Amino acid sequence: MDATSSAFPENSRRALADERLQEALHRLADGFPARRREAVDRLPEFDQLRAQARAVKDHVLENLDSYLERFAAKVEEAGGHVHWCRDALEARQTVLRICRDAGARTVTKSKSMVGEEIAINEHLEAHGIEPVETDLGEYIIQLRREAPSHLIAPAIHLSKDQVTETFKAAHGEFPVGRRLDEPRAMLDEARTVLRKRFVEADVGITGANMIIAETGTAVVVTNEGNADLTMTLPKVHIAITGIEKVVPTLDDAVTVLRLLARSATGQDVTVYTTFATGPRRDDDVDGPDAFHVVLLDNGRSALMESDFRDILRCIRCGACLNHCPVYSAVGGHAYGWVYSGPMGSVLNPGLVGIEEAHHLPNASTFCGACEEVCPVGIPLPKMLRHWRERAFRARAVGATGRAGMRAWAFLALRPRLYRAVTGAVMAVLGALGRRRGRFRRLPLAGGWTVARDLAAPQGPTFISQWAQRRRERS
Amino acid sequence: MSSDSPNVALFVTCLVDLMRPSVGFAAVKLLEDAGCAVSVPATQTCCGQPAYNAGDRADARAIARQVIEAFEGFTYVVAPSGSCAAMIKIHYPGLLADEPGWAARAEALAGRTHELTQFLSDVLEVDEIAAQYQGIVTHHDGCSGLREMGIKEQPRALLGRIGGLALRESPKAEACCGFGGTFCVKYPEISAHILDEKIDDIAATGADTVIAGDLGCLLNIAGRLKRRGLAVKARHIAEVLAGSTAAAIGEP
Repeated sequence: MDATSSAFPENSRRALADERLQEALHRLADGFPARRREAVDRLPEFDQLRAQARAVKDHVLENLDSYLERFAAKVEEAGGHVHWCRDALEARQTVLRICRDAGARTVTKSKSMVGEEIAINEHLEAHGIEPVETDLGEYIIQLRREAPSHLIAPAIHLSKDQVTETFKAAHGEFPVGRRLDEPRAMLDEARTVLRKRFVEADVGITGANMIIAETGTAVVVTNEGNADLTMTLPKVHIAITGIEKVVPTLDDAVTVLRLLARSATGQDVTVYTTFATGPRRDDDVDGPDAFHVVLLDNGRSALMESDFRDILRCIRCGACLNHCPVYSAVGGHAYGWVYSGPMGSVLNPGLVGIEEAHHLPNASTFCGACEEVCPVGIPLPKMLRHWRERAFRARAVGATGRAGMRAWAFLALRPRLYRAVTGAVMAVLGALGRRRGRFRRLPLAGGWTVARDLAAPQGPTFISQWAQRRRERS
Repeated sequence: MSSDSPNVALFVTCLVDLMRPSVGFAAVKLLEDAGCAVSVPATQTCCGQPAYNAGDRADARAIARQVIEAFEGFTYVVAPSGSCAAMIKIHYPGLLADEPGWAARAEALAGRTHELTQFLSDVLEVDEIAAQYQGIVTHHDGCSGLREMGIKEQPRALLGRIGGLALRESPKAEACCGFGGTFCVKYPEISAHILDEKIDDIAATGADTVIAGDLGCLLNIAGRLKRRGLAVKARHIAEVLAGSTAAAIGEP
C-alpha cells in the first residue's frame, strides 16, 4: 500500500468533515474503552499479567535470534517450512511462489496486518491469483477496495447502510429486492458467499498473533472462526507474521492471550483461539498438506537497535487506538499507512521513513492515555518524542514552526532579554484586550484563534509585579 | 515568618507569568497561608517543554540546566501546573541523564519539585481553606498532572473544603482537552474537534465554572467556551482556593 502519511493534515480534515465516519468513531469510543474497563476490573491480576507479558516480550527481544531459530527448527520438525524475508518484496515473492507451486487460482485469507504491510492482495491479483478476505470486516473493505482503518475492527469506519450498499452492488447472485438492513441478514449473506470460497480455495493465508518457539506453533485468534476454515480447508496454509511475534513457551502464549482480548474488545477471551502446528498428520481428521511460515523483518531488526525497541513488544490489541483522542477524531485512514493510532505513529516512521511519516508522531497531544492502557507497557509518548527529535534533526518539520521554536528557546535562555521582550508584548496585549478580556483574532495567532478566542494577558507580568512588590516591602 | 518555615521556590510557569499573574499571586498566598517562606527566582523563564516536545533536545537541555541553577538551594520547588511540574520532576532526569555533573542535580531537583495542589495536600497536609465560592464547579484533570504526576484526589479534597462550592464530576473529566502545547496550533482542526467534546461534556455537567490546575488547558477551554458563547467560567484552582477576585479567564 502506498503511504499517504505526508498528507495527514489533509487526510484528517477530510475525516473530520465525514459525518458517517464521525458517527462510527463515536460508536467505537463509546464501546471498546468501557468494555475494556469492565474486563480489567473483573481480573484482579491484570496488572500482574501486564508486568509478566512485558517481561516475556523483553526477554524475547533480548534473545530474538535464538528463539526464532528454535521456532524454525520446531516447524521443520513438524514437517513445515519457514521462510525468512528481509522486506515486503521478499515476502510477496515468497507467498506468490508458494501459491504458484500449489497451482493456486484462489486464496482465502484471514485478517493479517502483516498481509497489509506487504500488500499481498495486490501482488497476488497482479499475478492472476484471486485473494478472498474472510474476516467479515476485511471482506467488506476488500469489496470496497479500501484499507483497514483499525487493527482489530478493520471496517469500523463504515456505517450499516454503506455495508448494505456494498453487498447489493457486489452480490449479483441474490434477488435485487432482498431485505438487507439488519446485521444478521448481512452476516448470513456474507456467509453464504464465503462458504463457497472457503471450499474452492487452494491456499489459505493467515496472520499469526504469536508464534511459539518450543512447539513451532502459530497462534491465531478470531471471533468468527474464519481463520480455522482458512487454515484447514485448503491444501496449503501460509502463516505470515513479524519476527517480533515469537514467544518462548505455550505458557507465555497464554499470558499474552489473557491480555489480548481484554485489552482489545473487553472479551475475556476471543471466540476462537487456534494453535496450528505443522501440516496435517496421518491421524488428523483435517488440516493442510503443507504448512509454511513467512517471517517478516521489514525494518524490525533495525528498530531493535534503536530508541524504538519497545514498540516491538506490541501485541496489536488496538487499545491505544481506542483510547487516543486523535485517533478517535480522525480514524485510521488519516494516518496514511497500514498502522494507525499511537502504535502506528511509532511504527510507521520506522517502516516507511520519518520523512514520509513525520506528521504522525507530531499529531499527538501527549495525553498519555495510550501508555496507560497498553497491556505491555510500551512508553508510546516517549517514543513519539524520539521521532520528533529525529524529525527535528532531519529538518522534516515545517520551517516556520522550527524557527518559532528556536526563537522561543533563544529568549528563554536569556532571562533579561526574555523579560524585556515578553514584558513589552504583554503590556501591549493587556492594554488592547482590557475592554473585552479576549481576542477573536490576532496576527500570528491564527492557529489558535481559528477555533477559540485568546484570553488577553492581565498586563504586567508576574515576575515584574513580584519585583515591584519586593521593592515596596523593603 | 519563622526560621523553620518551609523554604519554597515558586516556579511560576511561563503562561502564568505572562498571561495570568493572578494565578501566581494566588499560589503565593496559599503557600504563605500554609506557613511557607516563598521565593521567586528572577532568572526563571520557561521549563523547556515547548522545545522538548518539538524534538529540540539541545535547547530543552540548555533550558533545563538554567532552571536547575535557578532553583537549587530551596527545600521545595512548587509549580501551579501539573505539566510544568512533570517536566521538571519526570523529564529533566532523563534529559540530562548522560551529562556528567548535571544528572545528579536534575535528580535532586526532581525530588524536591511538586505541583501546587499536591504540595498543599500531600506535603503540607492543608486541611482548612478559608475561601468561599458560590457555585457549581466541575474539575478537568490535565493529562500530565493526572498521568505523570498522579494528581486526582488532591484538587478534589481541597475544593471540598471550600464553603458554598458544589463539585459536579464529569465521567469524562480525564479526557484530554486537545491543547497539547503546540499541537493545538499545528493541527488546529483536530484540536478543535477534541476540544468541542470536552466543552460539550463540561456543559452537560451543568456546572457554572470549570476548574483545572493547568493554565494551558484552561486557556484552550476558556477560549472555546467564549467562542461558542457559553456562560461557563474557567478558573485555575489556585485562584479559587485563594479566593482571588480576578475576572475569570477571557473576561474583562
